[in-house]
Amino acid sequence: MTSIPTPARPARRPPGVRWRGTLIAWLFLAPALLLFLYFKFIPMFVGLWKSFFKVQTFLGDEWVGLENYRTILTDDEFAAAIWHSVVLALGTTIGSIVLGLGFALLIEGPARYLWFVRTAAFLPVVTTMAAVAEVWRIMFHPADSGMLNVILGWGGIDPQPWLASEDTSLWSIMLMSIWRGTPYDMMIFLAGLVGVDRTLYEAAAVDGASTWRRLVHITLPALRPVFWILFTLAAIRGLRVFVEVYVLTNGGPNGSSEVLMTLIYKLGFQSNELGVASAGGIVLFLATLVLTVVVQMLRRRQAA
Amino acid sequence: MRFDSALGLESRRGPLAIFGKILIYGLMVVIFTGPLVGLLMSAFSETLDPTSFSLWPDGFTLENFIQAGEKNVYLYLFNSFVVVGFGLLLQMLVSVFAAYSLARKKFRGMTFVMLLMLTTMMLPEEIIAIPLSLVLSDMPGLNINLIGTYAGMILPVGAWGFSILVMTEFMREVPVELEEAARIDGAGELRIFATIIVPLCRPALGVIGVFGFTMIWDQYLLPLIVAPASDMWTLPIALRSLRSDEEVGIGVLLAASLLALLPSIIAFLAFQRQFMRGLTSGAVKG
Repeated sequence: MTSIPTPARPARRPPGVRWRGTLIAWLFLAPALLLFLYFKFIPMFVGLWKSFFKVQTFLGDEWVGLENYRTILTDDEFAAAIWHSVVLALGTTIGSIVLGLGFALLIEGPARYLWFVRTAAFLPVVTTMAAVAEVWRIMFHPADSGMLNVILGWGGIDPQPWLASEDTSLWSIMLMSIWRGTPYDMMIFLAGLVGVDRTLYEAAAVDGASTWRRLVHITLPALRPVFWILFTLAAIRGLRVFVEVYVLTNGGPNGSSEVLMTLIYKLGFQSNELGVASAGGIVLFLATLVLTVVVQMLRRRQAA
Repeated sequence: MRFDSALGLESRRGPLAIFGKILIYGLMVVIFTGPLVGLLMSAFSETLDPTSFSLWPDGFTLENFIQAGEKNVYLYLFNSFVVVGFGLLLQMLVSVFAAYSLARKKFRGMTFVMLLMLTTMMLPEEIIAIPLSLVLSDMPGLNINLIGTYAGMILPVGAWGFSILVMTEFMREVPVELEEAARIDGAGELRIFATIIVPLCRPALGVIGVFGFTMIWDQYLLPLIVAPASDMWTLPIALRSLRSDEEVGIGVLLAASLLALLPSIIAFLAFQRQFMRGLTSGAVKG
């Protein structure tokens, strides 16, 4: 690689210098690689390895083959958790993208007050998840005088049980996740909107196209790559959701909002089923991988 | 006709349009900042009941923050600052060093290293949480137990693919002539790195600094795994234990939540430009 002669450099460097350059490059990389090795790659292989064992602290690990995976794929609790994860991920992703696009269109423009609105609206994204979830938990208070129920009351809507009911717990978590996800998507859409060719708008206006047609035929097609990116990012993030659920409901009531990560956490640290928990992590990883690949393939096909 | 935006709302100036705009923008600000303003107001109120959480203050008192002291909230805050302080320092150093190699050097295996970085970004940390706890309790080949130590919370966030890649993009922009001129003047590798490349990348340091700060401050699963005893808790994971306290109501929880939120909000407001830059560059490159 280093031997490719470049016209800018008159003479090829002697081999000693080249060797030294490579050594320096690896030395500068060493801290990062070492940390990645210990805290990313080794855990990944340990997880894969342990997923084939019944892990026992004092008795020693016992090889069980694919038993842990069979447990996961046949267990009702896991099936429910996977389903909840998918619903939550899809709902949050689509909700945030639709609202994010809507808000982005509404606040696009160079005016100063818009910059203020944007900054204010972006705050949920940078806030600490655990603290925000505690605030929402208080707002979700199921009594008639709970904050969200008071707001519903203004519109004449009956108070909701929110997190306290099996029917509404998952949707309540989704509501908070959309609240936090929307401003992020909005910012990315805004960045995408800047790149849309202004002369196209003008040409369309000259031709007498309505605002709606302008939107559908110029703006949205130009934003297509942004949609794909946001969808992939958000869906992956949605599948691995943990803190929101852990803080708001911890999977309850009665498992109605249990997601894959909260279940894995409970198995790993409360029931000490480290083998099954590791297998759960691998399944989650494979799901993420499949999702990414499928989205990429769809994207290619559409681009072709 | 001129267009600054897709909808062309800017050019509508009738009284109805202005009213509509105020309504929409007002509503947006209320929706997205409401819960945070409510927290700010209630934390200083004489609030005891979750149902009295509101956007309007109810008296003014520091009682909640005084009570928070008795519940060890300031210890948790201290722990959080220790982790974010050392963690961010380590993360920025590691990123700058790694980026220097990736951006300014050509060597065998570089594509492979880039691939490794991308893999770590594709690999959600939640997935490796369980095995990470096993690795931390007995570091392979080192015979060290990092559970219950600050190092256990700091080292795993030390290398972050996002930071390294943002920094690498930036360092590529530094003209090679500057480096060659310094080399001809006899400057060594470290000297070039420290006096030419790094100072020219100061804007990027802002980007990875503010992102790293919010990333480390927001860590939840890692301290949950590493700190089993409450004296090592960081503020975010301590919040949960503060809520179910009958005698103090939700006051302490609100005060602690506010303390947990403020640092990242302040960091964002102070480094807004860098933040937006990192946000778009990170998202556009996947």
